Order: sequence, then structure tokens, then C-alpha cells
Amino acid sequence: MNVVTNNKWIGQRTIRPDGMDKVTGRAQFAADTTMPGMIWGKVLRSPHPHARIKSIDTSKAEKLPGVKAVVTSKDIVDFPIEKGAVMLGIQDMRWMCRNVMARDKALFPGHPVAAVAATTEAIAEEACKLIEVDYEVLPWSIEIDDALKPDAPVLHEFNKFDGKPSNIVGRLEHKKGDIAEGFKKADVVIERTFTTRPVHQGYIEPHACLISVAPDGKTTIWSSSQGQFMVRAMTAYLTGIPQSDIRAIPAEIGGGFGGKTIVYLEPLATLLAKKSGRPVKMVMTREEVMRATGPTSGSKSTVTIGATKDGKIVAAHGTFYLQAGAFPGSPIRGAAGCSFTPYDIPNLLSEGYDVCSNRSKVAAYRAPGAPIGAYAVECVLDEVAEALKMDPLDFRLKNAAKEGTKAAHGPVFPRIGYIETVEAAKASPHYAAPLGDGHGKLRGRGVASGFWFNAGGESSAQVNITEDGNVVVTTGHPDIGGSRAGIANICAELLGIDYRRVSVIIGDTQTVGFSNLTGGSRVLFASSMVVTQSTEKIIQTLRERAAKIWEIDPEAVKWENGAAHPASPNAGQFEPLTLEELAEKAPAMGGPIGAGVQLNTQGADGGFGTHVCDVEVDVDLGIARVIRYTAVQDVGRAIHPGYVEGQLQGGVAQGIGWALNEEYIYTKEGKVDNPGFLDYRMPVCSDLPMIDCIMVEIPNPKHPQGVKGVGEVPLVPVMAAVANAIYNALGKRFYALPMSPPKVLEVLEAPTQQAAE
Amino acid sequence: MAKVHVTTTINGEPMEFLCEPSDTMLDALRGPLALTGSKEGCASGDCGACSITIDDRLVCSCLMLAVESEGHEIRTIEGLAQGEKLHPLQQKFLEMAALQCGICTSGMLVASDALLKKNPDPSEEEVRFWLAGNLCRCTGYDKIVRAVMETAAEMRAN
Repeated sequence: MNVVTNNKWIGQRTIRPDGMDKVTGRAQFAADTTMPGMIWGKVLRSPHPHARIKSIDTSKAEKLPGVKAVVTSKDIVDFPIEKGAVMLGIQDMRWMCRNVMARDKALFPGHPVAAVAATTEAIAEEACKLIEVDYEVLPWSIEIDDALKPDAPVLHEFNKFDGKPSNIVGRLEHKKGDIAEGFKKADVVIERTFTTRPVHQGYIEPHACLISVAPDGKTTIWSSSQGQFMVRAMTAYLTGIPQSDIRAIPAEIGGGFGGKTIVYLEPLATLLAKKSGRPVKMVMTREEVMRATGPTSGSKSTVTIGATKDGKIVAAHGTFYLQAGAFPGSPIRGAAGCSFTPYDIPNLLSEGYDVCSNRSKVAAYRAPGAPIGAYAVECVLDEVAEALKMDPLDFRLKNAAKEGTKAAHGPVFPRIGYIETVEAAKASPHYAAPLGDGHGKLRGRGVASGFWFNAGGESSAQVNITEDGNVVVTTGHPDIGGSRAGIANICAELLGIDYRRVSVIIGDTQTVGFSNLTGGSRVLFASSMVVTQSTEKIIQTLRERAAKIWEIDPEAVKWENGAAHPASPNAGQFEPLTLEELAEKAPAMGGPIGAGVQLNTQGADGGFGTHVCDVEVDVDLGIARVIRYTAVQDVGRAIHPGYVEGQLQGGVAQGIGWALNEEYIYTKEGKVDNPGFLDYRMPVCSDLPMIDCIMVEIPNPKHPQGVKGVGEVPLVPVMAAVANAIYNALGKRFYALPMSPPKVLEVLEAPTQQAAE
Repeated sequence: MAKVHVTTTINGEPMEFLCEPSDTMLDALRGPLALTGSKEGCASGDCGACSITIDDRLVCSCLMLAVESEGHEIRTIEGLAQGEKLHPLQQKFLEMAALQCGICTSGMLVASDALLKKNPDPSEEEVRFWLAGNLCRCTGYDKIVRAVMETAAEMRAN
């Protein structure tokens, strides 16, 4: 391992650049800004899961005193279905234009139908009630099984699967070897079917924006998202305003987890602002967030794994049906592509099906699809290991992917750290510790692993030396996990100065070059590449300036500890020139010092994690609690260990919620019945134990600091680790999430064979 | 309906404002008083991002009417630091990476301060149950709980 251990700032737990604003209440999130003359926008939403919109009459609303503008789908740029896909990243604008505002049909309860801007929120709400929508209510389906029935109402009639109109809107498969041949060699074959419920990303900050459109069309968007450039591009597409006229300013983002990688409000607020001539602010209620944004897919997965007596997996088959909601786009790539990837399996077929149904359009959620697939695969692996009487970690080690393994989704692995995560889990104090006495409650331990692709992609940075010799770094990625702290560490390290002299900010769309979404665990990987190259250019300039002053060759100047020095005694005897001194001399020596780099970054290595979970189950109440948890992950290089651990701990907490409590519950009428934090039960502080982290550092050789993405892997193994621990405690397997108290009691009280069906 | 005139004390300063009778304290703080450090995550008292104190009692400002602040003493996140000097909790949150996105941080700090005023030596369990009304989706609470306990230990020693 070529980990450099003498770094001054890389690997240090420095204070994050945005921290002071956040602990004092100064930080400006999306809903925290106002503008002179500002008015308020509200959305009228469909009450029906599925309905044809025959007509909309907005005349009464328009006449209400205080109402300044009304928009409907007629105001949104249409992307006709038959003209084919218009892609922005993974989003098809044909679906986006219909998701932000229903066109011919409303496809879920909460689907926007019209929007109003008025002088107060109360008037805007009142005006929404005055809009008359003539609906033809249609049959609907929400659950996957219902959407796949032969007589199921089809959301998008144009879509055909196997030659017939269908709600199956996409399929992909990854294949390796021949599974039929593989299963013939197996001594043990286990097949199980699993279901998971839709769960929401659960960011605490609701979607919000404030938008001003000047009479010449110049538009300023202040909003919270995982990509100001995505906001600009989507708003441009959906309103017809050119990108050059839209300045999208990234507010601090109060959590996203993938859910803020698409727009909901911005195009509507832009059109309302344009029509009214007034800045328009829109803020979703929590109920709107729960009904109309995200969540991730519910799912139904069947996984079959065959192994020989000596513990070698010879074949595996996974079929993953994921609920897309109103429009195509389930994360089947993550489910089918990641679930088996920690293992070297000679014969593999992994299939994903994208299924539309009448709930809100799916949005990315932390390693989209991968946790759903891993839940099924890692639970079956636990059963196979048990059938073989093998320790579950030894079973994983025996089948672990390593350098040279060909993954079914394509790549041949370079040096990866999966084995190291399993070995570290095995050697952890947690795995060796006795479970302890539950005093009447039953305790159990489970393990699971997970993989996420990680990503590179487009990033831009500008690094400028201020006139007083300090540093300002501007990048283009909203910071949701502490990436600014990582960038400050890296830039300070390269320049050899105190990290507090480096100010890191996130630029808006008109002040920094294009930078793709904050997503895919790409931000620190990609932005540190462009910041490193920019800083290296600056160091080159600083050496040239010193050389000019000393009248020697730039190659004879080295940069060290924040100053230029003669590279060797042969270069001459000169007092070092510090960054401050060179900044002061800049005007006379060639001008301002700064550099920008823009790249489509490559070389993101995938990430692997292995988790160990202890649970305690109250068999009278059906309450399962996680009482100890250890997350092990190959993090490449922990640039700021505090925020790497934070990613691991936060991902685990979300997974525990998904495993034990979180789920969308629907009424008989097809509406979300728990659209608030009281009934949509995310983990609170008293639900969780401390979450121990073991960071394995196998540096990424294709990255200047060895960085690998870390944000998404930690959610992938959790549900299986919890499920396997509950099995270990109770001796009963669960095949459905969440394992909430009523469902645990149901299994505990059922005859044994039912539990396994 | 006419607006109501309210006289109150906010972070030690006498303050007057006008509000609708139906406005919540959170509406007044974020609106006429321009104190946007208190956040609205749910408007139903479930997330705690709007936590403030009224006469040293911890409340969700979204569950309190603005007019109820008449004659009382309100404290918000903006009043936690003394000028340039951070409260020890604020300093510890920074040092121990006890925040990520920051949307819950104001409420967490106000609630933690209220805890330490009541109980300067809380157990981990007491911290966890006290903060159970403050949702955080980023951190898994680990570093928050550690930061509160370590601050308490330091404050006891000083």
C-alpha cells in the first residue's frame, strides 16, 4: 500500500469551511432567502392515482384578488413521446415535462396539475382551490404484482412489452457463463423471493426555490439541489429560456441522498415569475415531499444461488422487478449490476425489470437499486452458508471478487479492496465479541457485503490566489457530505499552507465551469482531480515567478511549505519567497495568479463494504433493535476521516430505517397514508447505537490522492445484515421489508413453514 | 383580519413584531424577525429543526403561536454564541464533525444546550432520548451524541 503517512492536512480532521455558518444559523438554505417584491407559488395536485384530464378552468383563480399568475401544462415546453428520447444524464425530458406538470393524464395522487402565484401563501392556496379540473378517473395500480397483471391499467399506452401494451417499460440483463450448466454442478441450491417497500430519501429540508425573471428573460434561480447545472439545464428545457440566461445559484442543501437530482418546482416558479414579473418563492410542505417527490422503488426480487459442498458458488440467478412510479426510470442498473458483484461467480444471470405504476416518479436514493438487490442476494448467501455449515464471512472470502475477476456488468477488476473488508470484519472486536445476555430478549448477529459502481464525470474548478496570498477554490458541486472540507485539505496539502488559508466555495452556473451532479459518490473523486490540476498549475506559476525574481531557471525552483526555494545549493543562495510575497509581487510579475481546470474525469473505482450487525428482539412486542453495528469499507483514501465516517454512519442509519420501519403505506384509494415524519418512521437518536467504522484504505491508483467514492456503499449491505441478524436471533427468516413490530409478530406467531414461504 | 402587535424578548433583546393571529412562532422568526436559523422540516413538531426555547423551556417553534411569545423570553440558534465566542457545543460540533448538511444543526444545538442546562452529566441514553425529537438524516447521530457528551464533560471540568 502506498499510503503517504506524513501528510500535514490530508487525513486530518480539519474544521469544515461551511461549518461556522451552520452552527450559528447563518447558512442560507433554499427557503431562507427573500427578494424585494417577492410573491408565493403553490401547486394544485391531482387527488387521483390515475385520471385523464379533460379540461382545466383557471378563470376563477385568476380573478381572485392577489393572484398574479397561473400556469398549467400548456405553459411547459412539450417533449412529444413519439419524437423519441431527449436525455439529460439519465433523465428523459419527455418524462420530466410530464412529471413537473401532468399533461393529458394525472398519474399519481400529488401529480401537479396547475400552479398559482399570489401575494401571500394563503391566497395562492385559496386560488388553487378555485381551479376547476375535469377528470375522467381511471383504474390504477400501485404494487408491482398489480401492475403486472394481464388486465392491469396501463399507464403509458404506447409502451409495448412482448408485443402487448404493458407497464414493463424497461429490462436489462447481465450474463456470464451458462446458469443451467452451473446449477447442475451445485450441491446446494437455494431460491427465495423478497419484497421491499418504497422508502423516501427523507432529507429534512423540503424542496424550495426562489426565482426572479427580468423582462429581458434573464433568470436567477436560488434553489437547493444536487446540481445547479442540472437545475439550469432542466429549467431551460422546460421553459424555453436559453441556458446562458439562467443563473442557478446553489443554496446550501439540507440533505438530498439522490432525491434532489431532478427538478420539481424550478420550472413552475420560473414560468410564474415570468408571467407575473415578480420574484416567486415556492416551498414544499412535508406532505408534498412525501406524496410527490422520490421515493425509491418498491421491489420484488427472486434470487437463486447454487454452491458446491466445498463452499464455491457455481451459479446464481437474480430477477429484480423495481417500481418506477409514474414514469420509466427505476434503478434496475444498480439492482442487477451491483448485487452479485462482490463475488466471483462463473455462471450468472442478473435481470432487472422497470415497472410503471401509479405512484410518484422514482428518484435516485443512495446507490440507487443496489441496496434492493443486495438485500435479496446477501440474505440467500446467508442461507447457503448455513446449509454448508460455513461461517458467513469465510463463505464470502472463498467466493470473493479480486483483481482480475470479470464482473458480469463488464469490467475486469483492477486491485480492489473487497477481501480486505471481509478480513477486517472478521478480525474486528465486534465479530469476536459474545452477543451478551438480552435479559429475556433474543439476540443475534448477521453480516452482509455490498458494492457500488462509483462515478467520475465532468467537473470544473477555479483556484485563485488572493492579493494577500491566501487561496479561494471554487468548484461546481453542491456539498452534501463535507466535500468542501476534503478539498480544503487537499489544496492546503499541495500548497504547503495552513488549511484555514484555503476558502472553498460552490460557484453558481455562470461563475464556474460545467460540473455534473452531486451523485454517484463522485464529488470528492472528481473535484479533487480538477482542484489538484489547478493547484499544480498555480505551483508551476509560482515557481516561474520566483525564478524570474531570482533570475534562475524555473526548473531550479522547488515549492515546499508554502514557499519557493532554490531546488539545490547549485541553483544559488536565495531567501525563500512565500505565497504571500509572490502574491504581493504578482501585479509586477505577470499579473494575477490563478488556474482553472475542466475535465471529464475517469478512473473511478467501485467501492466495497462489509457490515456486522447485532440485534435484540423483544418477542412479546415484536420490536427489533440494532444494538451494535460495525461498517467496514474500502474507502480508497480518507481525505477527511471524520466525514468519511459520517458517510458510513449516515448510510447505515438509513439502512436500519429501511430494514426495520420505513415504508410507504397506501390507502384503499391509492393515496399515501403516512405522508409525514410521525407515521413515516425514520430512525431517531434513541433508536440507534453508536455505529463503528473500520476504514480500509486501498488507494485508487488512478487518482492523485487515491480517492474512491464513499457515500453510497454504506447503505447497500444494511438491510441484509439486519435481516440475517434477526434470523440469527429468532431462527426465522424474513423475506419482506420492513421488519417492523407488527410484521415481526406476524412471523413469530405463524406456524414455522409459513415464515419461510 | 388585522395583524397583532407582539412585544417579546428574543436572544436577550427587546423585540416587537406584527403577525397574523394564526402565524406560528416559526413563521414570525423566519418572516418579520428574519431569524432564518430555525428551519421548517415538517411543520408538525416531528423533526425538531425549528427548536427554540421559551423561558428556558425547549419547544418546537412550529407548534407555538407567535402571539404566545408576548412577554416571554425566546432564545434561538442565533443567540447561542456570545458575539465572536462560540458556545462550547458549537465548537465541539465543528471539531467532531457532528454535522453534515446542517439543516438539523440549529435545532440539535438548541436542544442540546437545553439538555445540558437541565442535566450537566447526561448518560448516552439520556442524550439519545432527549434528542429523539430532533431528526438528522445525514449523520446516524453517532458524532452528535459524542459531541454532546464530550462538551458536557468539558463544561463540568471548567
